[in-house]
Amino acid sequence: MVSVEKILEKHDFDIEGGNFNKAGTVSTRIKSILKHRQLPDEIVRRSAIVCYEAEINIVSYAKKGVISLTVIPDKIIIEANDEGPGIPNIELAMQQGYSTANQQIREMGFGAGMGLYNIKTYSDVFDITSEVNKGTFLKMAINLI
Amino acid sequence: MDIAAIVKQLNLETRSAKDRLKNMVTGGYTGDLLSDVMANSKAGDIWITRQIHQNIVAVATLKEHAGIILVNSCEPASDTLDRANQENVPIMVSKLSAFELTGKIYSMLAEKK
Ligand SMILES: Nc1ncnc2c1ncn2[C@@H]1O[C@H](COP(=O)(O)OP(=O)(O)O)[C@@H](O)[C@H]1O
Ligand SMILES: [Mg+2]
Repeated sequence: MVSVEKILEKHDFDIEGGNFNKAGTVSTRIKSILKHRQLPDEIVRRSAIVCYEAEINIVSYAKKGVISLTVIPDKIIIEANDEGPGIPNIELAMQQGYSTANQQIREMGFGAGMGLYNIKTYSDVFDITSEVNKGTFLKMAINLI
Repeated sequence: MDIAAIVKQLNLETRSAKDRLKNMVTGGYTGDLLSDVMANSKAGDIWITRQIHQNIVAVATLKEHAGIILVNSCEPASDTLDRANQENVPIMVSKLSAFELTGKIYSMLAEKK
């Protein structure tokens, strides 16, 4: 656990499953918070990619979810927890190109099967757990030092 | 080079944020898969795509693209235009294919260097 006095930012954002019109708005908010803190461009860029992919997955597959941003002196922590179908085979879902996205989702340019792979690539610590018919829980950290 | 120079030389039609054509273009990225564009494009890029859904505005905003060009005369959806005007993202339309347009803009950028 992070001791309270060290927390520089802590924000929770609700995400609506299925609402593609709002998809990306939470990531945009989080990016502007990080920019405002004058963190290095590369850190902001990686955080935005991680956040966006987590947000799109909640919108694409879950009923609803929450993305939370925590900034402490040495890292950014992004958590994405949702209520949804869960992922039966995480190892398979992590593979580049694997996607269960439907036609409607693919037509908008999603469903390339790169999301989880990119999240893992651009975060320093990545942890995923999931329970079928319950939800999916991601925890990512990006080191600041 | 600014967007206005590309619009003029390649006869693009501007559909949103017409007051932002002074945005500087420092590079470009061509792609229709949003995860690919998110991971691999850079700030200042002109994004060439055939996606018309409003999610392109979120991606361009997050990546700080100079603007978006839709190819093959694809027209942006009306809520895409609303969002683009709100977020000040210029969207242009070209009759050319992604291949031709990318080649032409690539040459224009190379000449400026
Ligand atoms: N939050 C989630 N809830 C349920 N399933 C998910 C979730 N995130 C990812 N998945 C599953 O993992 C697959 C791979 O996800 P991802 O790598 O982001 O690629 P894509 O979203 O393009 O399919 C998805 O197609 C989906 O089956
Ligand atoms: Mg995804």
